[in-house]
Amino acid sequence: MTTFDIGSMSEWTAEQYPRGAVIPEGGTSDQYVTGGWRSERPVRDDDKCTQCLLCWVFCPDTSVRVKDEKVYDFDYDHCKGCGICANECPSDAIVMVPEGCELREAK
Amino acid sequence: MAEQTTLATTGNSLVAEAFRQCAPDVVAAYPITPQTVIVEDFAKFVAQGRVHTEYVTVESEHSAMSASIGASAAGARVMTATSSQGLAYMWEMLYIASGLRCPIVLANANRTLAAPINIHCDHSDVMGARDAGWIILFAETAQEAYDNTIISVRIAEHPDLLLPVMTTLDGFITTHSIDRAQIMDDETVKAFVGERTPEFALLDYEHPVSHGNFAGLGGTFFEFKKAQRLAFDSAMPIVKQMGEEWAKICGRPFEVVESWGMEDAEVAVVVIGSTAGNVRHVARELRADGVKAGVVKIRVFRPFPARELAEALKNVKAIGVMDRSDSLGAEGGPVFLELRSALYDMGCRIPMIDYVYGLGGADVRLELIREVYTDLADLAAGTPAPLGITYLGAK
Repeated sequence: MTTFDIGSMSEWTAEQYPRGAVIPEGGTSDQYVTGGWRSERPVRDDDKCTQCLLCWVFCPDTSVRVKDEKVYDFDYDHCKGCGICANECPSDAIVMVPEGCELREAK
Repeated sequence: MAEQTTLATTGNSLVAEAFRQCAPDVVAAYPITPQTVIVEDFAKFVAQGRVHTEYVTVESEHSAMSASIGASAAGARVMTATSSQGLAYMWEMLYIASGLRCPIVLANANRTLAAPINIHCDHSDVMGARDAGWIILFAETAQEAYDNTIISVRIAEHPDLLLPVMTTLDGFITTHSIDRAQIMDDETVKAFVGERTPEFALLDYEHPVSHGNFAGLGGTFFEFKKAQRLAFDSAMPIVKQMGEEWAKICGRPFEVVESWGMEDAEVAVVVIGSTAGNVRHVARELRADGVKAGVVKIRVFRPFPARELAEALKNVKAIGVMDRSDSLGAEGGPVFLELRSALYDMGCRIPMIDYVYGLGGADVRLELIREVYTDLADLAAGTPAPLGITYLGAK
């Protein structure tokens, strides 16, 4: 866990920013929620999924959640909706659906 | 007093010597007249093993500044040198160096900008970079170029500033003429500049950081720029302190604004760089004839010494400003514009004339400076100041 709290950044004054736009520690992208950039979201069909983990390998934002070597979810706080997981899935178990329509489309 | 050696040598050789003594970790540079001797001499020092510097020979000045920024972010002490078109070619990177708060020291041999092509002195190059967020020093002599270079390292790397510094000397006049100067022993300079201790070093893998981040969303860019402004607002006392510390060691005074004859002067000329000596010479002659002539030399242009100038000039009846570059389309050259603004804020309404002189190395003859003092005597006696800029000596 990082100690550099970017959550309160909008309240900072000029004196509080680290000099020269440096981010003074690693791992802060965890706090930077980028899910709002998404126009389509990945939805996974558990019946079709063979747990090959190719989606986990290819995801550029480490947003495929795996536990005990099994995919169980996406991290929608950080998934930008690039669709690489859906493109790589050999079993067509992941489809990209427009944001806001996922419940109707996924049925 | 520390051990010093008196030499007869050029401004460029002295700046190269100062570079060696400040022992930069990285020098990335590209040759350009009239600066070339600085990087040439320094390359020789590296080849001889007299300084342990990673010397990066780049393909352009844009790359020289880019490599300097990378090395500085990595935590290195970085120095470079350029001139004229080279400085212009660095332009976009100059803003990145200052925005990222990279304490790079750049020696600039002041030379005009084309066209028409010309390799000689004026201040068009450095004045064009005056808003780039760099501290800017001007040297009158080779000695000052040497001293300013050493002081620059301390100013740039000061933990409260971390601002890049441009230390400048007049092309050919100061870079190439042989001048008498004293150089300090290596150990004293080494102790004075110390080692750079970066707060956030890219190569410190135990404390990972990222440099050059995007500040485009949520308005943070505005606050970063304000932080740069605040650093400049706090810079003058630090510049003075560093200069005075060096002055104490070497025995040569450091004043951001140097006054000559200003105790009782009625007419004064404000000047930057090598011409200050000529102006002082004329003022001394005029004093012998009973004219109360004064000279004010600006050694630090950024941060602009507004208060110091107003203090020095407040009692004179007329001021002549010597601008070795023009700000085409503006109400005067850069020195005139800033000085008049500074005096206005201090409540001084002294008549002033702006003289643009010596562009592209045009000769600044003593009779031209006498002409300036004659104009100022008329101005002090009540003749209205001419409108616009006077191109001193131009046909």
